Amino acid sequence: MAGLLVFLSVVLITIYFREPSNGGLHGVQSAGATVLRPFEVGAERIAQPFRDAYGWFAGLVHAKSENSRLRAEVDKYRQLAIQNEGAAQVNSDLKKQLGYVGSPQFPGDYNDVPTDIIGRSPSEFDQQLTVAAGTSSGIRAGNPVVNADGLIGLVTKVAHDTAQVTLLTDPELKVSAIDLATQASGMVAAGQARGTLILDRVSKAQKIQQNDLIVTQGWRFGDLSSHYPRGIPIGTVSGASQSDLDLFWNVQVHPSVDFGDIRSVLVLVPKNHRR
Amino acid sequence: MRLLVEPAKVGVLVFVAAILQVTLFSSAEILGGTPDVVLLTLVAIALLRGSIYGASAGFAAGFIVDTATLGTLGVTSLLLTIAGYWIGRYGETTGQDRAHAPFVSVAVMTVLVQFGALFLHYMLGDPVSARVVLLDALPAKVLLNLILTLPVYALVRRALAFATTSEGATEVQLLG
Repeated sequence: MAGLLVFLSVVLITIYFREPSNGGLHGVQSAGATVLRPFEVGAERIAQPFRDAYGWFAGLVHAKSENSRLRAEVDKYRQLAIQNEGAAQVNSDLKKQLGYVGSPQFPGDYNDVPTDIIGRSPSEFDQQLTVAAGTSSGIRAGNPVVNADGLIGLVTKVAHDTAQVTLLTDPELKVSAIDLATQASGMVAAGQARGTLILDRVSKAQKIQQNDLIVTQGWRFGDLSSHYPRGIPIGTVSGASQSDLDLFWNVQVHPSVDFGDIRSVLVLVPKNHRR
Repeated sequence: MRLLVEPAKVGVLVFVAAILQVTLFSSAEILGGTPDVVLLTLVAIALLRGSIYGASAGFAAGFIVDTATLGTLGVTSLLLTIAGYWIGRYGETTGQDRAHAPFVSVAVMTVLVQFGALFLHYMLGDPVSARVVLLDALPAKVLLNLILTLPVYALVRRALAFATTSEGATEVQLLG
């Protein structure tokens, strides 16, 4: 009996691994995920008040220091917003005059699908979430996923009513990114420690400074373009070092998003855009 | 009647544990690790009902988890089927009526399942960090699982005893 189940598991792995994403076993999984969805949503709703209560008490501990820090930030960003508004207007006028064709812009070229997190991968091997929206909401594999803090990850599998989101902290995901202040470009990937990020492939000729904001690069090459629109915050530079032997900077990035406390997300679905 | 009631109760327990694991416990990260309620439930079922129930419950739990998370079908099933069978055999032989059996089973299986998962992901070509899985997460996972062993074991024993008379795992005489 146990031998049969082990054999069946191996058969499942083999077929699932080899068949395309629209294969029979994927279809069965999609149907199964649709059946399980109400139970996951129900469990999530029951747990929500308890999570909120915990979050409220945990928030009280840091509330005072956070309040003064946020006030200082608001003052700083208010000034920046005024400056940026004027610059954006000039930028828009110049683009019109030049007939400039750029890569998809966020949020204008995207429809956002707000959705809840209904599950997380239980193993430490996969940094993945399950969200409560799928192809029925227009979501496709390759859609970027964000929240108010910044980039969360990418949709990697989609069922009818659910989708799997691979987080930025998963070793499989890499995102082309730039330093907003110096325009140094590289590739953001998962760091060695859990929940950390690094900015890789930044040549030594480029400049990197502590606390610089790292955002998605949103490249475009012919008909190909990045999954991620330009300018989504990824994190800030928490440390950078280089040695004579290294070809590139060693850049540590502190993520903008608290990956352990994601409750809901926005899936960005591109509008009809030349990609 | 018992033939139908027992599998149904085990099925419900496995289903509830898998749903709770995916929705609640996987996001409850404490000291870098998360408790594995599915494994705890499986240990309790296998110790109380034997290897056949253990293997079947492991397969079903893995299938539900992989389906709910849209993971590679069969990976979790394979690991939990073997885990359930081994714990069941332990419960049928040396572990029978030993008070420490659930704790020993949970500690050993948490480590073995983690190593097994690492090996399986490596064989499937997934990029995995052994440091994150074994050094950062495993000690906390073992600790959390051991803390939750007693309540989960008691709950499962109570649920399995409900509406039927519990017989426990059948003793098996080892030959040779």
